Amino acid sequence: MHLGVSESMRECEYSQISTRSSTPMETPFKKKIPKKRKWESFPGRNKFYCDGRIMMAKQTGVFYLTLVLILVTCGLFFTFDCPFLAEHLTPVIPVVGGVLFVFVLGTLLRTSFSDPGVLPRATPDEAADLERQIDVANGSTGYRPPPRTKEVVINGQTVKLKYCFTCKIFRPPRASHCSLCDNCVERFDHHCPWVGNCVGRRNYRFFYMFILSLSFLTIFIFAFVITHIILRSSHRGGFLNALKDSPASVLEVVVCFFSVWSIVGLSGFHTYLISSNQTTNEDIKGSWSSKRGKDNYNPYSHGNIVTNCCAALCGPLPPSLIDRRGFVYLDTPQLAPPTNGITVYGSTQSQQSHMAAATPLLQQQSSEPVIITASPENGGALPSRTSLGLGGPCTSLPLGQPTPATSTASLSCQESTDMLPVHAHAHSHNHSRPLQDQVAHHHFLTPEDLPSPPAGRWCSGPEPDV
Amino acid sequence: MFCLLAETSFHNLQELRHNASLANKVFIQRDYSEGTTCKFQTKFPSELESRIERTLFEDTVKTLNNYYTEAEKIGGQSYLEGCLACATAYLIFLCMETRYEKVLKKIAKYIQEQNEKIYAPRGLLITDPIERGMRVIEISIYEDRGSSGCSSGSSSVSSSTAR
Repeated sequence: MHLGVSESMRECEYSQISTRSSTPMETPFKKKIPKKRKWESFPGRNKFYCDGRIMMAKQTGVFYLTLVLILVTCGLFFTFDCPFLAEHLTPVIPVVGGVLFVFVLGTLLRTSFSDPGVLPRATPDEAADLERQIDVANGSTGYRPPPRTKEVVINGQTVKLKYCFTCKIFRPPRASHCSLCDNCVERFDHHCPWVGNCVGRRNYRFFYMFILSLSFLTIFIFAFVITHIILRSSHRGGFLNALKDSPASVLEVVVCFFSVWSIVGLSGFHTYLISSNQTTNEDIKGSWSSKRGKDNYNPYSHGNIVTNCCAALCGPLPPSLIDRRGFVYLDTPQLAPPTNGITVYGSTQSQQSHMAAATPLLQQQSSEPVIITASPENGGALPSRTSLGLGGPCTSLPLGQPTPATSTASLSCQESTDMLPVHAHAHSHNHSRPLQDQVAHHHFLTPEDLPSPPAGRWCSGPEPDV
Repeated sequence: MFCLLAETSFHNLQELRHNASLANKVFIQRDYSEGTTCKFQTKFPSELESRIERTLFEDTVKTLNNYYTEAEKIGGQSYLEGCLACATAYLIFLCMETRYEKVLKKIAKYIQEQNEKIYAPRGLLITDPIERGMRVIEISIYEDRGSSGCSSGSSSVSSSTAR
């Protein structure tokens, strides 16, 4: 049917391949060696340190506050209280305190610095394949916004999977999109500003051990500072004299007194969550509460408290999925040009004709997402380069035909912000967007695909429904 | 098509990537029926019908599933590892490989082996699921082009008839 078109498309591919393979070395704005690590082009809002070994959320202010509070309180305890306690009671106290302190710091840093279980975003091919499945499921009637949910049965319980417009995936069960870090996180618990990271599948146990040990440490310090003051006042013959002797103790008592309640409460809450194998997210939404229905139960629970605890704390530690220290290769197989095989295949009947015509351009666009995401400052320079590459034999056909598609697409772009049907329509056009639109496309893509603040909050973070 | 590829005998995977053009990709999705442990659907995708025997494909996916089950098994060894790690404030992971990582290495090796033995001669390539966030097994379908004397036009015709 469109064999003629695809024939000429193939020619375009070849010329594009040759330009693509030759340009990276020659282009002026790509002076750096192409060896680049993946964290440098990571699409989420995260901070990386130590060449990608350390991963944190963007806002880390509160984390430093936590760190300073712990360090200062413990520092004061070890310098002002411990010598007296070791001398008059037993030297075991500073030792136990030291061990607890090291454990708290270790677990805190593990929680903050590790990958919480971020799911990498879909490759263009995978996204196109999902898009095709959604079209098929929808009967490809076009105009209505497709219901972007998928139902799966897990251990006899039906669970709805939602489509994530940012990551272009159906979120796996228990995963949720963190609006602050802009990532889908596996077994998302919550975003904790105190540790400056999301708490998810990979660092939940560190987090739990952190708050548990911190509650012990706080109680320990609180108890022994009080003991210290009492002992000192009996030695010095007066409560006020004792306070004058060690004014630091007062500060420690105040800090511990105010923090102990929230920390102990939090560890109690998380102990309950672990024993029933729930996440904070699910508990707040009441996903498995029996109020929702008689036969509503938690499909992930192992059945008894002990197994749940062991599975959460001593289960196998899953690997990081985002390979932050791997190298970005510009011509990895999924970036190879012929993505069109899928897109044409997956497009709906009505769109197929101009889609086929526009795909050579789409290839150009989809063959370079790494560069686009890698360096936003290059985004502006990109179209000029790609159009240069297109100057070859295939300009006449594709550029001539898709004008109607272009105009509808760009028209709907401008209107799309508040009209939902058009919005979805424009979205399905996304793949066929020709090259001239690329600059506009970038601007347009940001509000649409990374949804605007209210919409973004709605479709991310702990969600109100499900 | 089939014999053409067999004749040229793509034993080297790099050679396959180089000499053939990528025609399509098939994605095997996760099977969540037993919870969030990693398991892939064994349903045979129709796109592969003309390329590979059903049993070979199912064997591969089942073997992969068994590896993942082994990696995520909760039992004596994982408890021991978990408790040891906890006792060292999880600092031991800085210098010790987890069991999961060991199994992942086995999986990578297995996939490469399968690619070389079974898939590449048929013009297919499996991508390790870890590179796709463990969401999908990506199978790339390649078709012959240029190098073996087969023109691109005819190969696209043959692929469309194959479908």
